Amino acid sequence: MLEKRIVICLDVKEGKTTKGVKFQGNVDIGDPVEMAREYYRQGVDELVFYDITASAEDRGIMIDVVRQVARQVFIPFCVGGGIASVEDMRRVLLAGAEKVSVNSQAVKNPDIISQGARLFGNQCIVLGMDALADSAMPCGYRVVINGGRTPTDWDALAWARRAEELGAGEIVLNSIDADGTRNGYEINLTRMISDGVGVPVVASGGAGVPDHLAEVLTTGHADAALVASMVHFGGYTVPSIKEDLAARKIPVRLA
Amino acid sequence: MQKVGVVDYDAGNLRSVETALEHLGADFLVSQNPEELKGCDRLIFPGVGDAGASMEVLGRTGLGPFLKDWARSGRLLLGICVGCQLLFDFSEERDTPTLGILPGRVRLFPRGAKDGEGRVYKVPHMGWNQVISGEGTDHPLFRGIPRGASFYFVHSYYPDPAEPGDVLAVSEYMVPFVCAVARDNVMATQFHPEKSGEPGLRMLRNYLDL
Repeated sequence: MLEKRIVICLDVKEGKTTKGVKFQGNVDIGDPVEMAREYYRQGVDELVFYDITASAEDRGIMIDVVRQVARQVFIPFCVGGGIASVEDMRRVLLAGAEKVSVNSQAVKNPDIISQGARLFGNQCIVLGMDALADSAMPCGYRVVINGGRTPTDWDALAWARRAEELGAGEIVLNSIDADGTRNGYEINLTRMISDGVGVPVVASGGAGVPDHLAEVLTTGHADAALVASMVHFGGYTVPSIKEDLAARKIPVRLA
Repeated sequence: MQKVGVVDYDAGNLRSVETALEHLGADFLVSQNPEELKGCDRLIFPGVGDAGASMEVLGRTGLGPFLKDWARSGRLLLGICVGCQLLFDFSEERDTPTLGILPGRVRLFPRGAKDGEGRVYKVPHMGWNQVISGEGTDHPLFRGIPRGASFYFVHSYYPDPAEPGDVLAVSEYMVPFVCAVARDNVMATQFHPEKSGEPGLRMLRNYLDL
């Protein structure tokens, strides 16, 4: 039986892992390579690294982080942040990432999804999507970009479907309303998007306790749940989360 | 240690096989050139991508006939993912005739199949799934790996060997499907051992130790 994945997200700024609330007030919390190695040891199923500044200079630092992670961590990992061209994609894939994630740039230039999928395969191309509740939109949520600062004209469900058509092999769906709050995932949003597309959906934003993961992986129909604060400084470990989920009969990989 | 050849046919994902081999301390080379590969004592034939496009590259580079000869010669060969699928006779992916080293076909997961709760199964099958090696399987590839250990998969097609004796392990997604095969010197996995944590590294180590 296919297991529900626990994905840990590391926001990387100038070579350091950082974490903020609703994309603001970031603080340094450690070395991404060491943290990746520790979470690998704990049995995490997948990792995501976001280069959250993504200036030209930082991108070089990021590639070096990706290379070091690839040498020590033998599970899939995805890299996002500042990916604006297939050349950017090629660089992180060659450095050892399994997948690349595009977010704001894909809204500005949707062709990047189809070009990337054609060159590297759909399974490599992840759509990162930030959504904000907005009753003016048909599905009730609006796509926002630039770290949640800029609203777009896209309805969240319509954009998810469009990205799938273009060749995105997976969607990491982040609720701006829930991000960093540790009050739980946005269940309605996750379920709607997951039911609305044929590719896996990773729920993101709001995890604080194992209950939240259980809810989004069952009621929310998510294929995977992304966590950050919860494990970075929330007192939980990968095994403690997975044991809790396994006790509820949610299929997880117990390493 | 003897030399491992990693077959490069523009099928992506080579880097993760390389990093795993580096980690295991293997002496290896990555090449698209049969002349370079023929000096190796075992091959890894990895891959992510499209069967049709892959066969085109294998034809153009001479790697196709080289791999067939290699398999016939009795030397060790390990196919991974698309590299596993290409070993069979035929793939439903764009109806592509493939290498025919192992008898059987490669099939697409059924579209629109629903689970017990009425939810449609997603394709590709992406993530960790349990690999059940056959009852009494003591194939050296699985040495030291617990029965039912999980491995990482990303695929929309799966192998359906014509010869039941070639089946090493099965997994289940909508349908039970074969995820590891072996016939004498030729072995293959649908999952990615290079991305499957410690059990995956153990499997690669087992292959290097054959």
